[in-house]
Amino acid sequence: MTTSRTAAISVEGLVKTFGRTRALDGLDLTVGEGEVHGFLGPNGAGKSTTIRVLLGLLRADSGTARLLGRDPWHDAVTLHRRLAYVPGDVELWPNLTGGEAIDLLATLRGGLDRRRRDELTERFDLDPTKKGRSYSKGNRQKVAIVAALASDAELLLLDEPTAGLDPLMEVVFQDVIGEAKATGRTVLLSSHILAQVEKLCDRVSIVRLGQVVQAGTLSELRHLTRTTVEAETERPVDGLDTLPGVHDLRTEDGRLRCAVDGAELDAVIRRLSAAGVRSLTSHPPTLEELMLRHYGDAYGAAPADGGPDAEAAR
Amino acid sequence: MSTLATTAPAARRGGSTLTGTGTLLRFALRRDRVRLPVWVAALTLGTAATANSFHGLYPDAKARATAAESVSSPAGLAMTGPERYLADYTYGAMLGHQMLGFTAVMVALLSVLTLTRHTRTEEETGRAELVRSAAVGRHAPLASALGVAVVANLAVAAAFTLVLGGQGLAGVGWGGSVLYGAAHAAVGLFLAAVAAVTAQVTAHSRGASGLAFAVLGLAYLLRAVGDVGSGALSWLSPIGWAQRTYVYAEDRWWPLLLSLAVTAAVLALAVLLSTRRDVGAGLRQSRGGPARAATALTRPLGLAWRLHRGLLLGFAVALFVLGAAYGGVLGDAEEMVGDVAALEEALARLGGASVAESFASMVMIILAVIAAIYVVLAALRPRAEESGRRAEPLLSTALSRSRWVGGHLTVALAGGTLVLLAAGLGFGLTGASATGDGALVGELVGAALAYAPALWVTAGVAVLLYGWLPQAVTLAWTVPLLAFVVGYLGQLLQFPDWLTRLSPFSHVPRLPAESLTWTPLLVLTLLAAVLVALGLAGFRRRDLLTN
Repeated sequence: MTTSRTAAISVEGLVKTFGRTRALDGLDLTVGEGEVHGFLGPNGAGKSTTIRVLLGLLRADSGTARLLGRDPWHDAVTLHRRLAYVPGDVELWPNLTGGEAIDLLATLRGGLDRRRRDELTERFDLDPTKKGRSYSKGNRQKVAIVAALASDAELLLLDEPTAGLDPLMEVVFQDVIGEAKATGRTVLLSSHILAQVEKLCDRVSIVRLGQVVQAGTLSELRHLTRTTVEAETERPVDGLDTLPGVHDLRTEDGRLRCAVDGAELDAVIRRLSAAGVRSLTSHPPTLEELMLRHYGDAYGAAPADGGPDAEAAR
Repeated sequence: MSTLATTAPAARRGGSTLTGTGTLLRFALRRDRVRLPVWVAALTLGTAATANSFHGLYPDAKARATAAESVSSPAGLAMTGPERYLADYTYGAMLGHQMLGFTAVMVALLSVLTLTRHTRTEEETGRAELVRSAAVGRHAPLASALGVAVVANLAVAAAFTLVLGGQGLAGVGWGGSVLYGAAHAAVGLFLAAVAAVTAQVTAHSRGASGLAFAVLGLAYLLRAVGDVGSGALSWLSPIGWAQRTYVYAEDRWWPLLLSLAVTAAVLALAVLLSTRRDVGAGLRQSRGGPARAATALTRPLGLAWRLHRGLLLGFAVALFVLGAAYGGVLGDAEEMVGDVAALEEALARLGGASVAESFASMVMIILAVIAAIYVVLAALRPRAEESGRRAEPLLSTALSRSRWVGGHLTVALAGGTLVLLAAGLGFGLTGASATGDGALVGELVGAALAYAPALWVTAGVAVLLYGWLPQAVTLAWTVPLLAFVVGYLGQLLQFPDWLTRLSPFSHVPRLPAESLTWTPLLVLTLLAAVLVALGLAGFRRRDLLTN
């Protein structure tokens, strides 16, 4: 379904090296029009480098990148009229106020919507009269977010945009991106905050060492992993560990916890029910668990399928 | 248990406001392990080479007497030191007279940069906060920064003493060499103390070093004007104090004691001020500003003007004042001709220019070199914006790279010209009133503006480096440095012709002593245009760097 739509971003075999470091190593990425796409990976995986190539700030060594059907290096200025960018580490001019920086960036992009700027400034609770040097990290971030959203960009490139924002502002950000999505804008959201990605994103690409190791919708990705079940029963549950598709079974103080393959969920619930369920919680694999599958080795000895050990490792 | 064990030693040691100074000092010296030795080596080599060249330049007493006469003009005294050195112009007296004032300024630059880097820059980047949150006393960062400055100045003093005392040059003994080194250290420490104060006043390292440089400029100006006049003003200048040791001639130590006493007072002020402010903040509170941008700000040129205007206006005012100060002694220059018969002979060699004219030409070079410093600072601003990550969001808008750099460059080129104009105007106005010759205003403004094409070439070199070798943009500083070395010091020392020709400033006709020729000015302008075009082409093809 997603592939049939025209792609707002299509990247194939992108390679970018800095000296001996291979920051991008044949990266492929497709983002459909009107899609909110999560771009996940740890620091140094190549997310920011990809976004900078898409912005025409860096020149790729090889591979192709198309943005809204154009070449990001040669048509940079034309493309920049149609997109907005929020870096993860916003630096402002020390002697310009936040309000001036917002107007500057939005106007240079080619269209400042004053009403929208005022509304966003209000919602993000930003004081635009302060000088750039006196803003905290979170407030600098707000300036860039307001500047990006105060113009009519059809594509938003957001590189860890909410780093330093407090949880209240995080909610405001999610609302605002939700509205942008509703008006049909395309968003590439690089993020560490998995809850944010789970809430906002239609599709997700997981990057590792300069390559996309997995891409798809969240449900597609979830299908590949297990549901965690926690239950308290009246009587001990027998024979659960002999069922196929049950993993990491543990019992503590009468509570049992296990990870179950999607296909075996029904059989497990029947067994629990037979033992008299007092309480039952189950949750689909979190994005965190998905990530750990790909980065299990990078994060030390955490088991690939999540579970209590993974929790302890965090 | 474990927390108790780790906190116990610190608790036992107690804590003064200087706790941790030693550790910070060692750490700071390690950070500067390349920078400081390079500075010290460069200054020492320059000094040794100059002293070494004296023997060849002035082989006998007659040659030395001629040298003394040639610098006894107002122009000569303004660029060197007090006249009293000239009584017996030995090689040692030459060092004290011609070199001391100049190298002391370099040592002062080193001191200011060192102190600012280890105090205000640390606070501005937030690193100081991290350090201060550890078991580190309130005054420890400032004390350790001063420690680095002391180490640097003592190293300079020791190196100067060794290379000069060890040369065995006639009139350059060990005792004088110790004083020669100490005089430099005294100036360096004074400016380090000044920088310690300015680092408390403003919250930004550029502002802090800028203010300290202004004090240094004032100190040099006071001694230059004082040495041409009665000498009273020189006694207000730390450089004046160092020169009044009459090193190698009379070897007086007591002016340095005066210098140290004032330095201590300035330091006490710095410590007092530092207790009156918060970490990261200056004494001046930053104010709010408009919530909306004016339309002009949202254009590349408007933005560039806004970012540059403080620096530009500062330089314009400073050069106007400097020019005016030199203009004030222009009248004395004319009067002195009658007194010195030998001077007229020397002037005859200059091709019929008057004393005032040759003095004015010399002053023009100084003013032009300072304007070139502005131009390099301004033309390299895009690099600072780029590495400060402020270019990235701008270049992610519909602003093209060329227009962005173009805005900064326009301000640098036009601003450099404006700075020259201010210098020429200041020089001309006071010069005209001092000599009673109204035509001087136009003449000196014109003489100053003749250096504009050389400034544009300077900007061109900076842009070329920015486009192709962004990591090496500091090389652009060689242009004003070379202009100073061959244009100013070249009048005292002799440099090979090719070195002189390498500097764009050497090709500018030395108005008003020489007559105006347009060809070199047109060639320089054309060269500037080519350099800028090449630089922009390079910038359009390279990656934007974020470090």
